[in-house]
Amino acid sequence: MRRALAVLPVAAFILLAGYFGYALRPDHDPNELPSALIDREMPAFALPGLTADAVKGQVALVNIFASWCAPCRVEHPLLMRLAKDEKVTLYGIAYKDKDADNARFLAELGNPFTAIGLDRDGRTGIDFGVYGVPETYLIDRAGHIRQRWVGPLSPGRVTRELLPALRKLQAQ
Amino acid sequence: MFVETGHFALILALVVASVQAILPLLGAARRDAGLMSTGTSAALTQFALVALAMLALMNAYVTSDFSVINVIENSHTDKPLLYKITGVWSNHEGSMLLWVFMLALCGAAVAAFGRNLPPTLKARVLAVQGMIGVGFFAFILFTSNPFLRTLPAPANGHGLNPVLQDPGLAFHPPFLYLGYVGFSVSFAFAVAALIEGRVDAAWARWVRPWALASWCALTVGIAMGSWWAYYTLGWGGWWFWDPVENASLMPWISGTALIHSAIVVEKRDTLKSWTVLLAIITFALSLIGTFLVRSGVLSSVHAFAVDPARGAFILGLLIMTIGGSLALYAIRAPSLRGGGVFAPISREGALVLNNLLLATAAATVFLGTLYPLFLDAVGGPKLSVGFPFYNATFTPVMVPVLLAMAAGPMLAWKRGDLLAALQRLWLAFAAAGLVVLVGLYLTQGGPILAVLGLGLAAWTAMGVLVEWADRIRLFRVPLGDSFRRAIHLPRAAHGMSLAHLGLAITAAGIAAQAWEVERIEALKPGETMQVAAYTLRLDGISKLQGPNFTADDATVSVLHNGAPDGTVHPQRRFFALQKQTTGETAIRSGLFSDLYVALGDADPTGAWTVRAYWKPIVSWIWLGGLIMAAGGVVSLSDRRWRVGVAARLRANQARA
Repeated sequence: MRRALAVLPVAAFILLAGYFGYALRPDHDPNELPSALIDREMPAFALPGLTADAVKGQVALVNIFASWCAPCRVEHPLLMRLAKDEKVTLYGIAYKDKDADNARFLAELGNPFTAIGLDRDGRTGIDFGVYGVPETYLIDRAGHIRQRWVGPLSPGRVTRELLPALRKLQAQ
Repeated sequence: MFVETGHFALILALVVASVQAILPLLGAARRDAGLMSTGTSAALTQFALVALAMLALMNAYVTSDFSVINVIENSHTDKPLLYKITGVWSNHEGSMLLWVFMLALCGAAVAAFGRNLPPTLKARVLAVQGMIGVGFFAFILFTSNPFLRTLPAPANGHGLNPVLQDPGLAFHPPFLYLGYVGFSVSFAFAVAALIEGRVDAAWARWVRPWALASWCALTVGIAMGSWWAYYTLGWGGWWFWDPVENASLMPWISGTALIHSAIVVEKRDTLKSWTVLLAIITFALSLIGTFLVRSGVLSSVHAFAVDPARGAFILGLLIMTIGGSLALYAIRAPSLRGGGVFAPISREGALVLNNLLLATAAATVFLGTLYPLFLDAVGGPKLSVGFPFYNATFTPVMVPVLLAMAAGPMLAWKRGDLLAALQRLWLAFAAAGLVVLVGLYLTQGGPILAVLGLGLAAWTAMGVLVEWADRIRLFRVPLGDSFRRAIHLPRAAHGMSLAHLGLAITAAGIAAQAWEVERIEALKPGETMQVAAYTLRLDGISKLQGPNFTADDATVSVLHNGAPDGTVHPQRRFFALQKQTTGETAIRSGLFSDLYVALGDADPTGAWTVRAYWKPIVSWIWLGGLIMAAGGVVSLSDRRWRVGVAARLRANQARA
């Protein structure tokens, strides 16, 4: 028994080292999920409240969110700050959400979006290749998707990746 | 030329470390005093060489030698001198050099101050230090060499990331690294003890001051890092559960467990194999932190440039260091027999409880940090684990830590009387009850958990004070007698009280953040906004020219309950070189609350976004951290650790 217990730490470590080795495989990047749409035109959509044409012509973020999604709640203060402090143009796509729930969500937490498209059946989300809400897409003036962030934005991702990329596009 | 000298010194250091890794070990096996003593001279030489290398790189930065790639990438002639110096360690290569500098410093300290160590133990400790050194010198030289040149040299460098140009960050890595790497000493002691097959009270007495010193440095490092995040990132937060922050928190928690369990080994000669395991795990967590930050397997605010080759190299180092030591542990630990037995309710029992809780806390953070990795490996979705997870798991573990902390020191060794201890703590009960009742009355339907948190902090703080007062028999004997008792009380006892008090203060600071007030408003010059009892008036915005940035400097008048209370100047700085904007928050810091004002962008109508927070007792979070570290330092100054005392004790034991 004593001997078995003493072997436990090294066994656990070997398992862990295996994970680390797996995570190091060269094609793996923890930050981004490759999107087939990167540098392509954003899918055309015409939702109640927002159309693809409205997004074009400026550097903007499209955030896919839902009132039922807990990480969206976590992310929301960041979106508020992006919109208010950094004057970033944000468009929202409410993914598979009930209109009333969505309105309540925004009334409670504030509305950072210039306009919101209601993707009630999730069709537009599928066109974007949504992997899980929330997701955020950086769109350039020509309406091309330039970068994609899966999962809630964090202060770090915003400071290190999103804002620099956005400012660069704006400066062009 | 000096750069090549530094480069050469680093290569020599690798050679010297190889000697240090092999010869003393051989000497210890053969009981050859001459071979064993090579460890001491090798450790001192190694330190001198690394110091030379460090100096060379620093010189390249200060003189802006742009033929060195590392300097080009991270410096610029316009950068203030302070940041030229700190630029040395704000990049991957330079920070690794700082890492081995600290490692060599610790090795040299063992060599110079370990005169009382049994020669075989000292030789083995230094050999293990040498092995770690070999791994990391090779890592630097083969994958992350800061001394590489390029020709022709450009006219100027790329500059340092503006976010990193900050005095808080300038001094935070050295403390952090001293902490991480300092635990290599207790690790080396643990491995040496496993090789020798002997762990006794004397061993614990040598390990504990090293672990304690590293713990102090790490505490200060974490507190500074958190403070830096608070005032530079401008998000008003002070801890983000970011993988890099977690990487420093995990060794801190297990190091905390280590300095407690080593007491049991020292006083009661039991819990040996657990303490050895903790010493290994604490350093292992430091190394895993280094791996996570530099291999790019996880995303983070502070992560360095990603390079899979480096990741693979560090992983190899991890496998050899951690895997090797744990394998040795698996072979040798079963033969480490415990000594004294004890009842569950006893000082030992309390320390075991402390260790169980802290180990759980460390495991929680570990799981949260690596969860995305595990999930990815089984093909699950990509996600990161944030506040909700830690609030639900880490906090509940820390609550019993604080609850037990007041009573633990009051229990006797072997067998304690919990009821008597709790009776002596009536004052702590009263303080906690009072705080909770007043809190509930004042906040009326406010955050109940936060009120309870404050009550918990009051319980712990009062418990610590009661225990301390008991020891010096305050108010039971004349004050003069109490004072004499306080002087004669071992410094370690004062240190413990101070450190525990520090944790209570930090806990209070954290709990109180539930009452923070946040306001975001767009103000035109002359307009006002309200945050808590303060009114802020934007008087105007002026352009300022800094050494390597231009800034919009806001003049904001502060009125406290309507009465003028000075002005603050939040800024937005634009660094033309990096095309990056950073916020310079204006923080009016006080013992009871902070007023935190950050400036956002202007909108086309000329209104500026102003974000203001009122944060009650937020400075207690870091103040508590400093008090904890101060407690550690006081404990370190205990004369039992001083040179000679341990040796005399041993001599006495030998005679007896």
